[in-house]
Parts: sequence; structure tokens; C-alpha cells
Amino acid sequence: MLPETLFYVFGGAAVLSALGMVSTVRNAVVATLCLLGMLLSLAGIYVLLEAYFAAAALVLVYGGAGALLFLFVVTLLDLREETFGVPRMRVLRVLGGVVVGCAVALGLTRIVPLGAAPPLPDGFGTYDAVGTALYTDYVLLVEMVALLLLAAIVGALILTRKKLE
Amino acid sequence: MMVPIEHVIALAAMLFAIGLVGVVTRRNLIVILMSIQVMLNASALAFVAWNRLWPHGSQGVGDGAADGHVFVLMIVTVAAAQIAVGLGILISMFRNRDSVNVDDVSLLRW
Repeated sequence: MLPETLFYVFGGAAVLSALGMVSTVRNAVVATLCLLGMLLSLAGIYVLLEAYFAAAALVLVYGGAGALLFLFVVTLLDLREETFGVPRMRVLRVLGGVVVGCAVALGLTRIVPLGAAPPLPDGFGTYDAVGTALYTDYVLLVEMVALLLLAAIVGALILTRKKLE
Repeated sequence: MMVPIEHVIALAAMLFAIGLVGVVTRRNLIVILMSIQVMLNASALAFVAWNRLWPHGSQGVGDGAADGHVFVLMIVTVAAAQIAVGLGILISMFRNRDSVNVDDVSLLRW
């Protein structure tokens, strides 16, 4: 298919998956899978925008770890419909809010035509370009993110520690 | 890449709005955490779109054609850290109150 058609297909899939995730009332696993579907659609859009490393990072981190963690927690807590469900009217409220929110967001973006995309430099979006930028220009950012991840790991461990009786 | 860039930004805005409505409206903490992920990914999509349109900045000067991708990587990393800590909070909340409804842990008066 042409890239334009694929973009609209992936974009529609992302919006529908996000809507499904936000308004799912019956099943927590369905909500998590809708989130995963949205992430994979976004990864497809990244490939269309020639951000290959970002797409791979999204699939690896979110698909391999993020959605997986959500599924672990959903199955660990064993949420049934009576704890997860909401009455039907609230779903309509959610969807109404989505419509209003999208209208406001699209009104705020002030869709102005910006011209064609320029020709790209060689090796744009590959792991080579991103890795070089990460370790030459943004090496401080990498170190700070490493500290952040350490704090997150320690925090998650402490939060879920059982009290020793 | 033929799609005009304003369509990609419009898609990012719509996804952000959907995530925002999910955070504000839903009372289940798992759905709130997932809606935060939707919002983060919408902003990352905007980064990728602008980086594609202006790899060297809007004036055409400057080095660093991968700045947007680096920031997307940072967004993904921060989101992963947030998932870890958020789910830790959720598990400890479930252990203490046996509920993942945020209304049950609200100490506000109204």
C-alpha cells in the first residue's frame, strides 16, 4: 500500500485502540491489549516517519516490558467484572468527554499547512544516528536516565515489599 | 513520506485528548495508568513528527538530526519507570484496601 494509506490505517487503529482502552468496562485484559494495539500502531507510524530506531525501542520497551507489566498486575490482582465494571451511563460520559477533548485539541493545534518534508540526511533514524547522538551530545541525559531508572527500581521494590512479621 | 505533517500532529492531539479523558474520568487506577501511557505516547509522536519535518531545526541550521529520536527514547524510558513505580503503588494499595478504585483511597472531603 502507499505510505499515505498505511498512515491513515495505523492512525485509525491507534485512535480506535485508545478509545477501546479508555472505555472498556468489562475486562481489564481487553483494556491492556487495547493499549498494546495502540502502541504497535504508533510503532508502525514511526516506521512511516522514518524513525526506525524509535519504532524498535517502542516495541521492545512497551510491548516487551510495559504491556507485560500491566498484564502481570491485572492477572495478579485478578480483577473481576464487579470490581472493574462501571455502569453503562458512565461509558457514554467517557465517550462524550473524548469527543469534546478531541474537538478542543484539534482546535488548539491550529492546523496550518507547513510545506513538504525536506530530504533527509543519510542514515536518518537508524540506530547509528541515534546512538551517536546519545553518546556524544546527550551523554549527560543518558546518565541521568540511568539514575532515574535506579530510583524507579528501588522505589518499586520498596513499595511492594511485604512487611516482615 | 507523503502525509502532511499537520495530520500527524492532529493524530497526536487526538490521542492526547483521549488519554486525558481517560485519566480524568475513569476511577480505576489501572486504566488511569494506561491512559497516562497514551498521553506520553501522543507527545512522543509529536516529537517524531517534528523531527521528520525539520531534522535540523526550523531555520535549517544546527546539527543533530536525531534530537527528536533521542527525546523519544527518553520519553519511553521515563514511561517505563513510571509504569514500574505506578504498578508498585497499585499493588500496595490493593494489599491495604483490597480495591483499585481511586475513590476508595481519597481522603479529600468532597
